[in-house]
Formats: sequence, C-alpha cells, structure tokens
Amino acid sequence: MSMSQTRYSLPQTRAFLETARTDRWWIAPLFVLAGFGAFLIYSTWAAFQANNYFIGGPSQPGVQDLLSPFYSPVLWDASGVHSGHAWFGDAPLWWPAWLLFSPALIILPFPAGFRFTCYYYRGAYYKAFWADPASCTVGEPKFRGANYRGEQKFPLIFQNLHRYFLYIAIAFIGLLSWDAYQSFWHFNADGTRSLGVSVGTIVLVLNPVFLGMYTFGCHCLRHLVGGKHDCLSCSSVRQHKYKAVSWLNARHMLFAWISLFFVGFTDIYVRLCASGTWTDWRIL
Amino acid sequence: MPTTHTPPSTVHATRTVEFKVWRGDSQGGEFKSYSVEVTDGMVVLDCIHRIQADQANDLAVRWNCKAGKCGSCSAEINGNPKLMCMTRMDTLPQGEPVRVEPMRSFPSIRDLVTDVSWNFRAKKKIKPFKPRKPDNADGSWTMYQIDVDRVQEFRKCIECFLCQDVCHVLRDHHKHDEFIGPRLLMYTAMLEMNPLDTESRVADLKHHDGIGYCNIGKCCTKVCPEHIGITDNAIIPMKERVVDEFYDPLTRLFRMFKPR
Repeated sequence: MSMSQTRYSLPQTRAFLETARTDRWWIAPLFVLAGFGAFLIYSTWAAFQANNYFIGGPSQPGVQDLLSPFYSPVLWDASGVHSGHAWFGDAPLWWPAWLLFSPALIILPFPAGFRFTCYYYRGAYYKAFWADPASCTVGEPKFRGANYRGEQKFPLIFQNLHRYFLYIAIAFIGLLSWDAYQSFWHFNADGTRSLGVSVGTIVLVLNPVFLGMYTFGCHCLRHLVGGKHDCLSCSSVRQHKYKAVSWLNARHMLFAWISLFFVGFTDIYVRLCASGTWTDWRIL
Repeated sequence: MPTTHTPPSTVHATRTVEFKVWRGDSQGGEFKSYSVEVTDGMVVLDCIHRIQADQANDLAVRWNCKAGKCGSCSAEINGNPKLMCMTRMDTLPQGEPVRVEPMRSFPSIRDLVTDVSWNFRAKKKIKPFKPRKPDNADGSWTMYQIDVDRVQEFRKCIECFLCQDVCHVLRDHHKHDEFIGPRLLMYTAMLEMNPLDTESRVADLKHHDGIGYCNIGKCCTKVCPEHIGITDNAIIPMKERVVDEFYDPLTRLFRMFKPR
C-alpha cells in the first residue's frame, strides 16, 4: 500500500485486503486455502467413487487386508462390491435411488465435522476461506462491518458442539486401529489367514497414530480431562492427563496438517493398490 | 596452542533510514517523512526519540521503561502492532521506509499517543477476585505450583494492549460495547482459573463480555510481546467453560442430578 498523504481520522476502518504490512502476509492463508481446498476436492471425489476402497480378502490370497479410512467402518458395501468388511451387508434399501450409494458418504461427515469445528481449523479457514480477517491487521470485506456475528450468534454458534464430534472422533481412532490390526493379516489360497507385513500395513498403522496425535490434542479434550477444574493439583491422574493433552495441544496445528495429509495419502495408497496401479509390496 | 582474542569492534556501521511517522490528532493527520541516522543495536523507539530531538520537538510519543516491561510504547510498525522499544531496526526490511503509526483500535490523542482508557473502564466491569476462607490459621492459603503456573502465565501481561489493537472484533468491527477483547478475556481467565477464587464469571463471559465474538484468529497471541498463549490457554478454555454452562445439553443434564 502506498503512503497516504491525505488527512484522515483515527480509528480508521481499512478497505478489504488493505493493510500497511509489507511482509508476504498472504502466503499463509493461501497455503491453507490450497491445502484444505485440495483435500476437500479429493475427499469428495473419493467418497463418490464407491469402489477401490479395499484390497485383500479370500479372493486375493497373499494380499494384506487394507481398508481405506474414508470408508471405514463399512456399514454397508457399495452396490456390487463385497469387501468382507461390511457390518450390515449390501447397500441399504432405504437409500434414495437417485443418489449413488457410497459407504464413505455415511462415514465422512463425522471426521469432517470434527475438523470443521476444530479450534485450530476454525481460526485457519475463517482467514483463508472468508477473510475474517484474511490475516492480522488486514482489512475485511466491507459488508461485514458492524454486522459481524462471530461465533456469538447463528450460524457459527454451532461450533460450540465441537466436543460431540470429539467423542465420535475418539471412537474412530479405535475403529481405524482395528483396521491397522487387520492389515497385518492376509488370506492364503486354502482359506486360512496368516500374519504378514506390507508397505500398506505400515501406512495403515501410521494413519491412526497421526490421527490420534491430532485428536488427543484437541482443545475440548484438554478442557474435559482437567482444564475445566480450577484445581489441577487436587488429583494426580488429572494432572498427568492434563499435561499429556497439553503437550499434544501445543502441537495441534502440526498434527492437524500431518494427519490430514496422511489420511488422504492412506486412501490414495489403498485406491491405487486396489485399481492395480500400485502393488502393495510384502515386507514379511 | 596460544589463541588470539580480538576485542569487539567499537566502530558501528551507520545508515540512513527514512521514517514515515503519523502526525495528527483526533481531528485527523498525515504521514510525515523523516530521515534518521541508524547505528547498530538501535530500536524503533531510539529513532523516534532522535526524530523528536532533532527534527520534530513536538512529536508526541508515550514511553517509559525502554525494556519491554511497561507496555507504554505500543504502536504499529510497518502495519504490525509492536512495542517500539523491542523492535530492533535490523529486524525491519532494509532499504524501505519504516512506517510508524498509532494503534488503530483506540482513539487518537496526538501523533503516536492513543487513548486506551476504554480498556480500564471495561476492566472495572469484570467481577473482582473473591477468595475463599483462608486455609490456615495464620490467614494464609495453600496453593500448589501447577495451579500457580497456570494463572501465573497471564500475570506476565504488561497491558500494552497490542492484543486489543490487533483483534479484528475491536479493530474492524468496533464491538467495544459488546466485547472486552483478548486482554480482558485473559484477565477474566486468570481470575476464573484461580482455585482460591469463589466467584463465577462464566455467564458474564457469554452475555456481557462477548466471548463468542472471538473467532480464534490468534492474532492476539502472535503480537503478544510476553509470548502469552492468550488464545490456547485463556480464551479457548473460557469458551469451553461457556459451552459447559450454556451449550452442552449433556453437561446441563448431569448438573441437574449432581448432588449439591
């Protein structure tokens, strides 16, 4: 911005994206926009594929059982697919005929809701997606002005339900850990199962580890395990839980990005193996 | 093997830096240019003092300790809220003018001095510390270090009000009547988390202090010269206590059946 020589009064409201900053403030929100945007587009595309979400099973002897985290848990299999992971069998009859049934469409709203209401993500995407503000001391769109509602009023007041998504997210860590355990197994030609380790096993083990590092560093969890009490010293268990969650919480942004990238990569890995583009190499 | 020791050089490199300093009052003003000879180790406040001494004797600037502890010399340097006394010249882009202006969230008094009295008026509305009965016969209380540490972090605040200045709720949306800003939310957290305190300020946080207006941009944390985790350690924990009290149906249900 050029130096203004005209007289004006303070405090002054800046125009949209107007700032006196001279650094490259736009890099961070642009990076967030690109990162989240890419993930949103890919995950939506992957969710609607309704195929290539697993490898292994009796029909693929010697291949480790891998299931994409986007489709786990498989409540109902997609039409014409028999993954062996489905809890309730084939596609539900009540699903509207005009909408393609994909198991991921039932699953993904929950982790998506957890991330959408996450305190770190909120701060990041408010900046990157609707410039509220685009960056510190950078002007906002004029229409918002005095009409600004923040999270005080509808609709963003619903961000306060973050803890309910946390409860579900913790359950997902358990489910994905089970998938990681399953990835150590493969079927033999005679129908028996044997232990083994492939590159995919490592990928499926790392996925819940990273997701756990992110989930267990949640601000809500930090509150629930001890932060809500004024007296941390009153219980040594509370102290230890609070310290552990606080350690992860201080790295919440880091694990938010690592886990986001890795859960996407895990789906890509399984998808490319299932489509025959990649081979899941056995190590043991 | 003998070593030779070279004494530090006493010759300081100097360079000329152009400053654009906002000059004006509540009625209006403009940026004026000044050239300053800058030597190694100088901070922005040194340059402002040099301008005041040599070129503009009437330049108004609030300062006191020159050590980053009094919180007086808050200003916006190249658009970033900073303490002038803690901003070394060698951290600013070389070869470009340095723009210094007063904080934007508060009314201008003159030049770099703003009227921050709103903060003190808003602070008075927060319920004060109300300790429980003393734990010991000598009238003292017993408090453990982990509890001290949590609230002690907030006591590092020097009330420079840079966090208030950078907060877009005050700066861009002018919600001064509905929102007390990060500094005072942190002050409330300091009282609220204190195990000796018996007062509750959670309802005030929601209804009067406008904690819901904070959308967690963390700008306050970024500009804090004391590196206090304002957002993560004060505001979000207070938001969660508001959730407990007003938004979480399960917590409310449990509270109904909790023995009193």
